Amino acid sequence: MTALAPVALDEVLKHPGIWRRSAATQPHVRALPTGLAELDALLPGGGWPCGALSEILFEYDGLGELALLMPALAELTRRRQRVVFVAPPYIPYAPALGAHGLDLRYVVQIQAAAAEGAWSAEQCLRSGSCGAVLSWLPEADYTQLRRLQLAAESGDALAFLFRPARAAAKQSPAALRLHLHSNADEVNIEILKCRGNLDTLRSTRLLRWRS
Amino acid sequence: MLWACLHFSDLPLRAVFDDGEQTQACAVVDGPRQRQHIVMVNAPAKRNGARPDQPLAAARALCPALQARVRDRTAEKRLLHSLAAWAYRFSSHVSLSEPDALLIEVGASLHLFGGWPTLERRLRSELARIDHAPAIAVAPAPAAARVLAMRHDGFFTSQREPMLAALGCMAIGHSGLDEKTVSLLYNVGMRSLRDVFALPRPELARRIGAAALATLDHMRGINQEILPLYQPPDRFEHCIELDDRVEAWPPLLFPLRRLCSELSLFLTARDGGVQRCELVLDHENRASTHVVVELLTPQREARTLYELMRSRLERVALAQPVCGIALLAKDLPTLRPQHQDLFESRRAQALDWPELAERLRAHLGDSAVRKLASVADHRPEHAWGFDIDANPIAELRTRPLWLLRRALPLRSVPLRILAGPERIESGWWDGADARRDYYVVQTREGQRAWAFLAPGTSDGWMLHGWFA
Repeated sequence: MTALAPVALDEVLKHPGIWRRSAATQPHVRALPTGLAELDALLPGGGWPCGALSEILFEYDGLGELALLMPALAELTRRRQRVVFVAPPYIPYAPALGAHGLDLRYVVQIQAAAAEGAWSAEQCLRSGSCGAVLSWLPEADYTQLRRLQLAAESGDALAFLFRPARAAAKQSPAALRLHLHSNADEVNIEILKCRGNLDTLRSTRLLRWRS
Repeated sequence: MLWACLHFSDLPLRAVFDDGEQTQACAVVDGPRQRQHIVMVNAPAKRNGARPDQPLAAARALCPALQARVRDRTAEKRLLHSLAAWAYRFSSHVSLSEPDALLIEVGASLHLFGGWPTLERRLRSELARIDHAPAIAVAPAPAAARVLAMRHDGFFTSQREPMLAALGCMAIGHSGLDEKTVSLLYNVGMRSLRDVFALPRPELARRIGAAALATLDHMRGINQEILPLYQPPDRFEHCIELDDRVEAWPPLLFPLRRLCSELSLFLTARDGGVQRCELVLDHENRASTHVVVELLTPQREARTLYELMRSRLERVALAQPVCGIALLAKDLPTLRPQHQDLFESRRAQALDWPELAERLRAHLGDSAVRKLASVADHRPEHAWGFDIDANPIAELRTRPLWLLRRALPLRSVPLRILAGPERIESGWWDGADARRDYYVVQTREGQRAWAFLAPGTSDGWMLHGWFA
């Protein structure tokens, strides 16, 4: 039996699987800038996490929940990556999408019944031929979310899931969860969860989105 | 040019008898009904003494169990055509040499298939799989290959001299010349083709006529023979009869897989793809069920076609038991294969967008996957569409990201008006006249809505979109 060569502890700790809380270096998160400097500053990696599921929770329609994604989606279509709307609740209005800078040649809508929405989104994410997949699954359960998260990882795509605010209390495997709070005057973003964030204090702050 | 002749001597038998029936004594007969004579017998019949040219009655006396069927020349022709379709994958120059032989130009693709011995093995083993054992001969002249195939199975030469030597040894009776010429030549003492080739041409022409001389010239390769080339059919039509009555779709998958692989072979030979095809499920007493399969881009890979047809078949409710399944494809556009980067590293599960779109359409319906587009129209409900190749100028005015399919009454009175009014008045020419004042309004919940009023009113808000 050959003796193992002695290895310095520092060498061992360089292994990418080991992360030390005390280390100055932050874990690396690949991200796509949201186009909103204040939000980017709060998110690890500085934007929407790539190859992961992001959840957007909101109470009412028309809070700017979709507009939040527009700069990132425009960037994706500029890179000739497909943006897929799976079972949207209303018509994604093409002139407005164009006005937000999206190249409509890369914007696809998939019509699917409630039961098939999750399947379609998963297929798109897993295929690796879509840049971002937006889906509306109000009744999604933990297993479905987990499947979407895994599909996003394997296809290296951005998955966005829009859910009603009541889902905030439920557990979720998403890498990022944003909650939109609204009142008569303004809409604020609360970061419920973001994977890889060390500074837990700064993310509890509400971020002004629209007033 | 180098021609391989495949001589299928048992074609008349194969055309009228199934493979299973060939274990018994079988014979093909021809001639007037009262005096039918035997054309061809199979091995069991031969063992019992039946021979070609025998009267049927005599053969029956020798072999009481003999099954005799009348020769069917159309079926023979059909069979030869299907063999030509098979041979088309080896060469683009395939010619039918009726009644029972195929000529394939192999010289051009000999190198591709790794030389004649390899190609010959492949031809024979592929034909053995469909129970054909032809005699094969290769020679530079097609007519010579045809004659040599009858007597010298496995003959191969790419040179003219060995070909002439082999032809020279052939007896006059086996030369393929017509009977009158053969007997004429025989009567003047000619026994083999070598004797005939030695005669001066003008003398020969005077005695046997121009047609027979042309045949001899073709055989010797003096004159090039003009051969009609086989053209593969421009449509695919194949049917599989089922032994049992099938009431659910899973048992249909096996025949479907076979149909798909046949279609794929057919398309590969044509160097085409299929964009629209039809699955026909036959029922015993009812009109058959048609399942139309339309694809976004032409496809030809058997596995892809099978997956797509399978998911469409799964959605069909079978009202009646199925007794046969057929696949028809008429629209066969040219296939432009997808360019793929040599250095592109694709993950194992990765799918191209066209492939993904096909899979989604197969599962969700043909109109489920569509591209969004904007249209140059002032009316909001007409300013968008699906799959339109339009390139209108960018919208500069405020427009919401969500548009409602139909305008609805706004539930509460807006808290404040953020922008507006914007008068939209258009469409008088097509009957869908619209005259509205649009406002961006904010509700008590903080929602931003795109709502309109009829001009001149201040009540009756209609919601048409959300600034989501």
